[in-house]
Amino acid sequence: MKDYDKIVQDLAPKKFGFWGKIWVTLLCVIAAFAMYAYYQQLSQGLVITHMRDYSLWGVYISNFVFFVAISLVGSLVTAILRLSGANWATPLTRISEVIAVAAIVMAGLTIIIDMGRPERFYNLFIHGRLQSPIIWDVLVITTYLFISLLLLFFPLLPDFSILKKYFKDKPKLSNWYNRLSLKWKGDDRQVKIYNKSIYTLSVLIIPVAFGIHTVTAWLFATTYRPGWDSSNFGPYFIAGAFVAGAGAVVSVMFVLRKAYHLEDYITDFHFDKMGKLLVLLCLVYLYFNVNEYLVPAYKTTEEEADHLKELFVGDYAPMFWIVIVFGLIVPVIALLFKKGRKPLPVFIIGLFVVVGAWWKRYLIVTPTLLHPFLPVEGVPKEWHHYFPTGLEWTITIGTLSGALLIITLLFRYLPVIPIHETIEELEAKHQLKAQKNEK
Amino acid sequence: MKDSNNQEQRREFIRKGFKFGLVATAGGVLLTKYLSTSASASESEEMVELMTTEGDLVKVPKSELQEHHNASAYNPREGFADKKFVMVVDLAKCKNARKCQEACNKGHYITGENAWLKIYKMQESKETSPYWMPTQCQHCDKPPCVKVCPVDATFKRRDGIVLIDNERCIGCRFCMAACPYSVRVFNWEEPKQEEQASAEPYTPDFCGKPSVKGTVDKCDFCPHQTIKGEMPFCVKACPNDVFAFGDMYEDAVTNGSGTTFKLSELLKERGAHRLMESLGTEPSVYYLPPVDRTDDFEVGLENYTPYESVKKDTEL
Ligand code: SF4
Repeated sequence: MKDYDKIVQDLAPKKFGFWGKIWVTLLCVIAAFAMYAYYQQLSQGLVITHMRDYSLWGVYISNFVFFVAISLVGSLVTAILRLSGANWATPLTRISEVIAVAAIVMAGLTIIIDMGRPERFYNLFIHGRLQSPIIWDVLVITTYLFISLLLLFFPLLPDFSILKKYFKDKPKLSNWYNRLSLKWKGDDRQVKIYNKSIYTLSVLIIPVAFGIHTVTAWLFATTYRPGWDSSNFGPYFIAGAFVAGAGAVVSVMFVLRKAYHLEDYITDFHFDKMGKLLVLLCLVYLYFNVNEYLVPAYKTTEEEADHLKELFVGDYAPMFWIVIVFGLIVPVIALLFKKGRKPLPVFIIGLFVVVGAWWKRYLIVTPTLLHPFLPVEGVPKEWHHYFPTGLEWTITIGTLSGALLIITLLFRYLPVIPIHETIEELEAKHQLKAQKNEK
Repeated sequence: MKDSNNQEQRREFIRKGFKFGLVATAGGVLLTKYLSTSASASESEEMVELMTTEGDLVKVPKSELQEHHNASAYNPREGFADKKFVMVVDLAKCKNARKCQEACNKGHYITGENAWLKIYKMQESKETSPYWMPTQCQHCDKPPCVKVCPVDATFKRRDGIVLIDNERCIGCRFCMAACPYSVRVFNWEEPKQEEQASAEPYTPDFCGKPSVKGTVDKCDFCPHQTIKGEMPFCVKACPNDVFAFGDMYEDAVTNGSGTTFKLSELLKERGAHRLMESLGTEPSVYYLPPVDRTDDFEVGLENYTPYESVKKDTEL
């Protein structure tokens, strides 16, 4: 059982090191600034942002869409890969579930930040009307959050019970793990329920995940606005979310591997596989982008033409092309080479993809609103443009660091790699070997 | 003065209009009864003019009319059960005088930067002539804003008016994104309204009284005026009779100087249209095309302020 002890030793959560502490402090400081900025917004109103009657949604909403997109990763890696029997992804399941939970929590928070009267949030439950896409979003996001939490929690049960034993000499911590393990003993009956519920959740989460992206896309597509009024929007958002989520996983897994010395568990092989997957996802997303922009550009109705001109050659053009080239095309090309799929390059590409995905949402949300059907008239000059204010940026960056903080803190107490499953796989391997030897 | 005179006439019309509406719904009974006995009506009796659904004017003795007060039944969320408010905007007469906008801003205590009623400088293409186009909430029969509101804060009344309950609005601004006419405005900060705005208890049928930070405002079609027997602020204020307002069931609209038109005829004769008909929103505001104009387009340029729609009082 030497292997067993080593695995537990390697994978059990550890205290933050020096850099870990710095990192957490930094995130907390940013969050504190953001809270101060939000306090300003609460007392003065949304006037502290640059949103106005024409650019009525801004970086908050695009940030919300980004978080929703990132959250898809949970179902991608955990559910889809699990159901398709891709065992190589086991070490990545927990990472992606944690990212998904953090992202979905922050998505909910961001939408509240955007509201003019956040204290009336409860109206959504008292007076909610089913024909509004916002209500669909509320329903599907809460459902998704619950399934994601369960999908994070259930596979943790055996690990909690392992950790309970491992931290024997720290009674308090051990006690917590004990409580969380829900009396897991690993007997046949428990294992049966355990496997069944994880399987059920994996199946359930896929339609819900598709639902949240589709509904979020519909928040835009159900309006008449050029640039949003598109029947392509649902699948376009889903495709984009896969890209953003996969980018987030490769970035986070690189950092965790470094921080927790998991080189034996998250290997080059995983980066190689994820790199290949990312290529496929980027290509699918590119295809949807072509649909989204080329068809209206071919027809150039008056409103669409205004909008597209702004994106292709106008004010937003630099951003638009940088996002397409560095967020999609360059990653595809780089990842096609074997050298490009080594951990460090994959990490860098992952960052490109995530940053690109963030700006991509910004480009979907903000330019459209400045091209309404009637002319923009009778309002001050500043209202004709939109770029977030300092306070708006502070709040937005605060939500991003909030998500990172959730991820960091969860991994302070949860094993990054599922211990139980790693051991199981190892045992299975040994058995196979033994069987071969017998023959 | 001309003004007060007009006001009198207008009041008279509205009162008649309302009464007629009542007659019509109380059942044709009342009218038929009268029509059959009209021959015997005595000469000395005071007569009142009414318009029938066919658009003919008939004289009815005052004693035959029953005033029926359903004010107690009026509920700001439901509106009048027997009305369907419409507006006609005559683009041929608009010369950007902006009196409508001023009156609306003042009447609704608007203090932000964005008026609810805008007068756009329009030109379809280089070759066609420019014109001035006032727009406010179109009070659509299929309102996209109402459809998307998650909490039923913006709603459609039985008389066609679309209103906002700013005590319920959560400020998500989805309705603003959904509105293709860009008529909705948001209270980005605490509105600096005069005290009068919050003097009375709030009801959603008087938008802007008071405005609330973090909620949406827009043109309310002035039910607070019609209920008093007065015309909406913009209609009353326009010196050029651009606006006409009335009840579709009565098939009558009346302009600022008190002239009443048969709605269906007016729309047909003048080739009316509604804005962005192709979107299927079915607005309650009709536009008469800018042909045979009373004045040159250029006259309006004098008042043209592309970056301002709410005048700020410099001296307070
Ligand atoms: S801003 Fe207010 S009125 Fe408009 S959709 Fe949201 S809750 Fe409804």
